[in-house]
This record gives sequence, C-alpha cells and structure tokens, in this order.
Amino acid sequence: MTTALVPPRHYLNEKYGIASWLLTRDHKRIALLYLASVTAFFFLGGAFAVLIRLDLATPAGDLVSDDTYNKLFTMHGVIMVWFFLIPVIPSVLGNFLVPLMIGAKDLAFPRLNLASWYIYVLGAMFTTYAVVTGGLDTGWTFYTPFSTVSSTTNVTSAAIGIFITGFSSILTGLNFIVTIHRMRAPGMTWFRMPLFLWSMYATSLIFVLATPVLAITLLLIAAERVFHFGFFDPAVGGDPILFQHLFWFYSHPAVYIMVLPAMGVISELVAAFCRKPVFGYNFVAFASLAIAVLGFLVWGHHMFVAGTSVYAAMIFSMLSFLVAIPSAIKVFNWTATMYKGSIAWETPMLYAIGFIGLFTIGGLTGLILATIGIDVHVTDTYFVIAHFHYIMVGGTIMGYLGGLHFWWPKISGRLYNEFLAKVSAAIIFIGFNLTFFPQFILGYLGMPRRYHAYPPEFQVLNVLSSAGASILGLGYLIPMMYLMWSLRYGPIAHFNPWGAVGLEWTTSSPPPTENFKEIPVVTWDAYDYQAPVESHVA
Amino acid sequence: MPDAAIPHAGHPSGLTVSAPDHHLAGRSALAHQFDSLEQQREASTLGIWVFLLTEVLFFGGLFVTYLVYRSSYPGAFVAASHELLIWAGGVNTVVLITSSLTMALAVRAAQTGNRRQLVWLLVATMALGTMFLGIKAFEYYTEWVEHHVPGLNYRFEGEYFRTAQIFFSLYFVMTGLHAAHMIVGLGIMAVLLVLSLRGRFTPEYYNPIEAGGLYWHFVDIVWIFLFPLLYLIGRHAH
Repeated sequence: MTTALVPPRHYLNEKYGIASWLLTRDHKRIALLYLASVTAFFFLGGAFAVLIRLDLATPAGDLVSDDTYNKLFTMHGVIMVWFFLIPVIPSVLGNFLVPLMIGAKDLAFPRLNLASWYIYVLGAMFTTYAVVTGGLDTGWTFYTPFSTVSSTTNVTSAAIGIFITGFSSILTGLNFIVTIHRMRAPGMTWFRMPLFLWSMYATSLIFVLATPVLAITLLLIAAERVFHFGFFDPAVGGDPILFQHLFWFYSHPAVYIMVLPAMGVISELVAAFCRKPVFGYNFVAFASLAIAVLGFLVWGHHMFVAGTSVYAAMIFSMLSFLVAIPSAIKVFNWTATMYKGSIAWETPMLYAIGFIGLFTIGGLTGLILATIGIDVHVTDTYFVIAHFHYIMVGGTIMGYLGGLHFWWPKISGRLYNEFLAKVSAAIIFIGFNLTFFPQFILGYLGMPRRYHAYPPEFQVLNVLSSAGASILGLGYLIPMMYLMWSLRYGPIAHFNPWGAVGLEWTTSSPPPTENFKEIPVVTWDAYDYQAPVESHVA
Repeated sequence: MPDAAIPHAGHPSGLTVSAPDHHLAGRSALAHQFDSLEQQREASTLGIWVFLLTEVLFFGGLFVTYLVYRSSYPGAFVAASHELLIWAGGVNTVVLITSSLTMALAVRAAQTGNRRQLVWLLVATMALGTMFLGIKAFEYYTEWVEHHVPGLNYRFEGEYFRTAQIFFSLYFVMTGLHAAHMIVGLGIMAVLLVLSLRGRFTPEYYNPIEAGGLYWHFVDIVWIFLFPLLYLIGRHAH
C-alpha cells in the first residue's frame, strides 16, 4: 500500500468549479451530490429525534407542548423516510456502483440521472418549506380525515414535496433497470453479477411499481385540501380506510426499498471480508426478487385494527409470514458464508455483522407483529416503533455505513482512520441497542406511540432509551468527521485496499470519468475468491 | 470499446453492432455511454416501457378508487354520469383515436426516412391533440356553469347530493390528470417537430419519435378507459 499513487486524472479532478458539479452527467459525481443532500437531511431528521428523546426523558413531557411534539415526530418520520432512508443507498452507493460493477461507462440515461437529483432537491424544498413554516402534525402516514379536514398545518406543501420527490425515485429505478438490462460489459451475465446489483434491481422494481401509487394518493390528499374535493371525507361518503389501503400499498413495499439495498451491501461485505463466494448465490439473488414481490402483498398487516374484515386480516397475516422465508434465506446464507471463512475484522465487516444481528431481531419481531392476536395488543405501541427502527436504523443505516466505509477508498481515493472507524462502529451498535431495545419492553408493557407524556412507571426505560440516543448520535457524528478529514489528510488508497474482487476494484481509486480505460471482459463468476485476485486485473 | 467479436451481454443477439454505425448520420446521435446505436435504441425502448409501467400504476390508483366508490354508490354515479356531455366525450374519443393513427404513421415515416411526411404527421397529431383539449375545456366550462364542481360551486338536485360529489371529484381529477398528460405530450411533440425539421432523425436513429409515440398512445389508451367509465356505464339504467 506504500506504493499507492493517486491517478493523474480521475473523476474528481476532471473539471473544477460549481458548474462542473451542478451540470455533471457523471454518475459518480451525481452520487456525491446525493451524498451531500441525504446527509444534510439525515442530520435534520436526527435533530427532530433528539428533541423527541429529550422530551420523553420526563413523564410529563416538560420540554415541548403536545402540539409541538406531534410536529416533531411527524417531521422526524417524513424527513427520515422520504429524504434519507428511501434514497440513501440507491442514490449514493447505487449511483456510484451500478455502472462500475457491470463494467459500463455510465448509467443508460445520464441526463435523467442528473434530473432525478434536481427533482429530489425540488421536492425537498417544498417539504422543507412546510417544516420551516410551522411544521406538520399528521404523522408521517397522513391518515385521513385528519390530514384532509382537521389539520391546520401545511399538509399540502409537504404532500406536494413528497409527490415530487417520488419521481426522483421512479427515475432512478427506471435508470437502474435499463442499465442492468442493457449496459452490462461483455461476459457479465445475470448470474455473474454481484448480489448488490440483484438487490438494486429488485429495489428498482418497487420504485417503479409502488411509488406512483403513493404519488396519486398524495395528489388526492392535496386536491381534497385545496379544492375541497371529496375522496376520503366521510361527510360526503368518502372512505378513510381506502386512503390507508392506497397509502400502505406503497408504504409497505417502501420498507423493502429501504432494506433490500442494505442487504445487497451486506452480501458484498460478507464475501469480501470472509474471502469466500456468497453461499447459495442463486438463492440470495432470487430472495431479493421474492422479497420485492411479496412486499406488494402484505400491506393489510398495517390495518389489522382499522376495521378490515377478519378474513382479510388472516390472509394478510399469512402472506406476511411468507416474507420471513426469503429474509431468512439471506441471513442463513450470510452466516453460512462466514462459516469457516477467514474473517477480517475491518470496519465494514463490523457493520455487516451488526446488520445481521439487528436485522434478525427486527425480522423476528416482525413475525410477532404479523400474528393478529398479538398485533391487536401491541398495535400503535412502542413495540412497533422498536421493530421498525431495528429494520430501518439497525438494518438500513448499518448497511449504508458499512457500504460507505467499504467503498470510501474507491469514492475518495483516500483511507480513513481505521481505529476511529472501529470505535464508532462499536458506539453505534451499543447506542442503537440501548435506544431501541427498551422500547420493545415499553411497548409490550403498553406505552402507546405518539404520546408526549406517559405514566411515571415507564420513566426508567425511557431514560435508558434517551441515554442510548445520545450515544447513537455521537456515534453518527464521528464517522462524519473522520471521513471529511480523510478527504484531505487521509493516506492515499490503493486501487484495491481490501483485496476484494468485483469490477469496481479493478479500476483506479478514484476511477476515471469513463470508469475503465478499457471496457472489461468478464470471464469469471462473482466473488471468485478462490482464484488469486491479481488474475482479474486487466 | 469492446472487441466486435466478443458477444455483448446486453444484447440478446449476442452480437455487438459496431463500426458501420459510426460514420453514418448516426455518429452524433450515439451518446457517450453506449457502444452502439442498437444498444442505445434498446435502452431507449426499454426505458419508455418501464416509464409507461409506472404510469399504469399511477392511473391504477385512481381506477381502484373509482371502482371502490362506484360499487359503494352505483345510483349516484349513474345520476351524476348523466350530467356529462356525452357528445363531447364521444367526439373527443374519435379525435384522440385519429391522433393515434397519425402518430403511428409518423413513426412509420421516421422509419422510412420520409422527413416531409414525418413533419406533417407530427403537425396533424398536435392539431388533433389541441382540438381534444379545446373540447375538454368547453366541457369544463359547461360543468362550471352548471355548478358541478365540488368544493367550489357545487349544486346537485335530488337524493344523491352528497355522494355525487365523489363522482365529480373523480371526474375532474381523472380527466384533469389525463389532460395534463396531453399537455406534456404536446410539449414532447413540439420538441420532436423541431428536431424533425432540423433533420435529426434517420432510419437508423429515430428512438425519440418511437418513444414519444408510445407515450402518446398510452395517453390515448387511458382515455379509452376513462370514456366508458365516466360517460357510458349505466347511462341507460334509468
């Protein structure tokens, strides 16, 4: 690694100046534009979480009024779901890696890719406008008739913002689907693709098929608020439950938009740091598609207590259990990959192991919630909150951070401080569990979600959770600092610092604008760790 | 550039089309990220189809909403449906189908490299699209005058006062979104027209015409569903 040199020309020094970034069509630069934007929204959404946890430190909720509290959890949810969790891995890592991993010069539609980012920013501006002009208090779910008839906050602007941002997701998904179908390098067959691409493909299908339904639903909300059209208003015969069906038809698959990309990252990390091909490649690949398909059939489990029929609830319950099968295939196969592997305990691998453990807890509690009899008791309690944070924070964010650390040398051409990175991975793991594990118990004991005050007997667990949240917050700040520091002062990275296989590791770090000096010809399978790595370098 | 002899994974044919494309008129048409015009055309075609899939789900949400309320309030839907101008909807259906014909012929003209014909067919498509929007605007005006706009000036005689609002809300949102798609379509046609006048399209490179055409046909098909759902079903029930 002492011989590593910065290549004389790469995508970061190809051109300079603001315009060269804002008008770029290079997928790698667009990935960095997204990186900056989603990071900003991550810390904005995180700030709302800090206020929520501070308020819940005392039973009386002394910090903010109940109206303010409603706005805090709403804006935390809206910002985190639509402006961070959904775009984060596809738009940052996916944008950067999809063309590199398949051996292409760029995505199929580079201008559309840039347009996606501008659409994201435009939508973010509308929603931010709602946030700064008094906030939003409907909950991230926008349930009617409260959101259409009762709420006096800026629902319309927030809904339009999410509507617009949805098109950014759709266009990203469209771009990935076409790129993976049509832009693969010679010899890169479907079953030679890294599993990250399979999960990106499955995610893109959900982007394209689910997001438009959310878009139309939010449009109906906006029409009902602005023109007083009646769709979901019981006063004219409208059905609020219909809104819930339409909303969850998108928002349940959206959970898989958040976690499937992280699963793809984990497959890459586990293979690279165990020096073994992923166990049961085909099963892991098809499990991604199975999760995407099943994800469309389970939305009703969000509505077990919303007045749906017992018969419908039973069907949705059964289908929800089915999701456990492909999810378990992935977890078992990662574990089987690690079995007798030569595991290197580098930072990305720490995140990968954290993901596998936390996702398993999140997934298993999902089965508890899919059981109608139990769900009736824990619906809208902190049990649900803990469950989905184990999936979204313990899953998606751990996967994202693992991936960011893994590919950071490729993205930036620099190495970060490995010691600090390992310490902060540990801090995040401890802080996360301390924040959310007590919430399982709180929910089981009956503490409802979305209340800003609670009976004093819940205080100990709430204080533990708030203490964990401050540790978690610290854990997120440290990587931000040393990654930024590494941009300037980090040691120069070798083109393949981990000794990993995959086309992205055969080109220089950072890669040239056109990605490869010569388009590679692939003659080997993914994760070909049995062969010496050098043999893949052109 | 990959060697032409190496099968290209992205091509079902397994063959890379290379050298011959590059010195024809298509040279400037080949974007940097593609290896060949064929790959570019395939990407463009797949892209527009995936986009149309998204559009199907977009309108799908509305059709489901329509279905739910139609089965809840059949009487109100029939009564409200009688208030629509059936002759306007009927004429518009004919106008749109004709515009799909001219659009299909325009794609054909692009394929055969007949630029004059291409330009005139695009103009005809735009004229028919504009005519559709004009008739639609007249309908909206009539409905405004007759106080059928929920939330703004709504009046409806009889027992269905309440639930007929849902029909009219759906009517305005569904036809309104369709009209918005028509306006976008006219914008696309205008761009294609300018590019055609500049001689940008050749029998080797006409993806934008094909993609624009597919979009136009899609918007047309949406109307083919809207017309019976809103104007025809149950029209003679009482």
